[in-house]
Amino acid sequence: MSDLQLPHINYAALAPMLILFGAACAGILIEAFVPRERRYPVQLGLSLAGVVAAGVAVITQAGTRTITAGGAIAVDGPTVFLQGAILALGLVALLFVGERSLEAGGPFVAQAALIAGSEPDRRQVVRPGATEVYPLMLFAIGGMELFVAANDLLTMFVALEVFSLPLYLMCALARRRRLLSQEAALKYFLLGSYSSGFFLFGIALIYGFAGRVDFAGIHAAALGSDRSNALLYGGLALLSIGLLFKAAAAPFHVWTPDVYQGAPTPVTGFMAACTKVAAFGALLRVLYVAFDRVSWDYRPVLGVVAILTMLVGAVFAVTQTDLKRLLAYSSIANAGYLLVGVLAMSKDGLSSSMFYLVAYGFTVLAAFGTLTLVRDADGEANHLSRWAGLGRRSPVFAAAFTFLLLAFAGIPLTSGFTSKFAVFAAALDDGQTWLVVAGVITSMVLAFPYLRVVVMMWLSEPAESTPTVSIPGVLTSTGLAIGVAATLVLGLVPAPLLDLSTKAAEFVR
Amino acid sequence: MSLSAYVPILGLFALAAAFALFSVTVAPFVGPRRYNRAKLEAYECGIEPTPQPIGGGRFPVKFYLTAMLFIVFDIEIIFLYPWAVSFDALGAFGFVEMLLFIGTVFVAYTYIWRRGGLDWD
Repeated sequence: MSDLQLPHINYAALAPMLILFGAACAGILIEAFVPRERRYPVQLGLSLAGVVAAGVAVITQAGTRTITAGGAIAVDGPTVFLQGAILALGLVALLFVGERSLEAGGPFVAQAALIAGSEPDRRQVVRPGATEVYPLMLFAIGGMELFVAANDLLTMFVALEVFSLPLYLMCALARRRRLLSQEAALKYFLLGSYSSGFFLFGIALIYGFAGRVDFAGIHAAALGSDRSNALLYGGLALLSIGLLFKAAAAPFHVWTPDVYQGAPTPVTGFMAACTKVAAFGALLRVLYVAFDRVSWDYRPVLGVVAILTMLVGAVFAVTQTDLKRLLAYSSIANAGYLLVGVLAMSKDGLSSSMFYLVAYGFTVLAAFGTLTLVRDADGEANHLSRWAGLGRRSPVFAAAFTFLLLAFAGIPLTSGFTSKFAVFAAALDDGQTWLVVAGVITSMVLAFPYLRVVVMMWLSEPAESTPTVSIPGVLTSTGLAIGVAATLVLGLVPAPLLDLSTKAAEFVR
Repeated sequence: MSLSAYVPILGLFALAAAFALFSVTVAPFVGPRRYNRAKLEAYECGIEPTPQPIGGGRFPVKFYLTAMLFIVFDIEIIFLYPWAVSFDALGAFGFVEMLLFIGTVFVAYTYIWRRGGLDWD
């Protein structure tokens, strides 16, 4: 038998993912062996330690430009930057997930699949102490880390599944409104696996075209292959559908409002921040590294997708009466703005998109974090009318939320302004004026629903039924403080992070 | 590209179709006819869909845990076979990797065991 050539593996470059997956496996063993009462502190401590340790491992890779593990993993500037972003946002999301003071036993249950309203399900709803969510979280974060580092399409697909499957499950874990939560999980799962099918079929067509699945090979084949170009374009289109679905871009966005509404709010924040980073990180790598030679062909199509996404997000946000759905449509519109940055197809486009992902991630995490605080007897009160007059009752809380909404609207001195400015400037430099015009118009439309919430909170009289704002625990307070501070700091002094993202904006091929 | 490579496959198709046609046409004439209850049921299709009790009826879904466990070990075996065949070539690296893989599979297995996934009642 001939000798097998073992691939060279750079363990330092893989360390973040190895740490996260190792911690997740340890978390499962804790679930199995540690007594129920003691699981929560152990799991929370392990998860936080795992994410921090992975963060340290990512930081040590700064400046690395290498392809390892037989060409499956690329560690370069964007990988390190986006992995760091996912870990930082994931850490804040973990703080919200770990909060226990708002709801007896935390916002999660143990068994997602029990029939809602059945006897065992009603029992688990009142039983405190479900901690399954922490290993799931670690698996999801680990999968996202792999997703942005994947250097061939098969690794990317595996990573996509690794972070998607825990997310589907986490959506169904809400303690309140079980049926809505399960509906969200089922919709996300069905549509998500459908889009994974598209992604896989795209890989098959690309393989048919290039004979390779690694990005450098596809890049080389795009110069000239004796196969039909239909394979290339068809494959890229199907591949993009899979990625745009995760990024929640129109017309692949229909799952977003239902899933964001039904999922437990900390998980929604996690999805809105980290999944977006992962999806756009992968999209950037696919478009910039593998398919840059056909960018003239796909830019008009993705440009139309971007405009459609911005329009759908902005227009539908106006009609929403539920705050979680409103933020979901806002997240769709933001996917559109991000696509504008991506389509600049330049170093500036890459760096401004990465900056946008971080800035938006912190703001959206803090926004969903504040939603967890407004509660009545039935759990969170997310209907817009319930928030009337909250500004009179809890001025500090309402001021923080107003600030976040202004950041979403892109008011100067917030990170929302600097990040939008950065992506639009990159797109203008590259001559994509039509996208920028559409972006500015939809931003103005989108300001209306945000300002309506602000007006509701400050200018309406509080009603009898206005819910109370809970006192946040240490974890939620820390998370909110980090989110609001990041929104403010990135608005006032964006230069350090912009420099960092510019320095990082170079893919290795 | 020459299509002649596909001729044997077409031949196989024709043979399979002929066999199916032949069996179905000939069986009623030459086969014995001994009816009983079991022959009227759907073949190997699980629970009888009709008649159902009022309210849709309930049936246990305990088998799904067994089925999921089966998938876990099924996939493990799929990896073990090629590894075993080329064990000599892969050497110590392959051995450690396989131990890690089996370890992670057993992590999931331990969770199922401790959480009562293996208890039938």
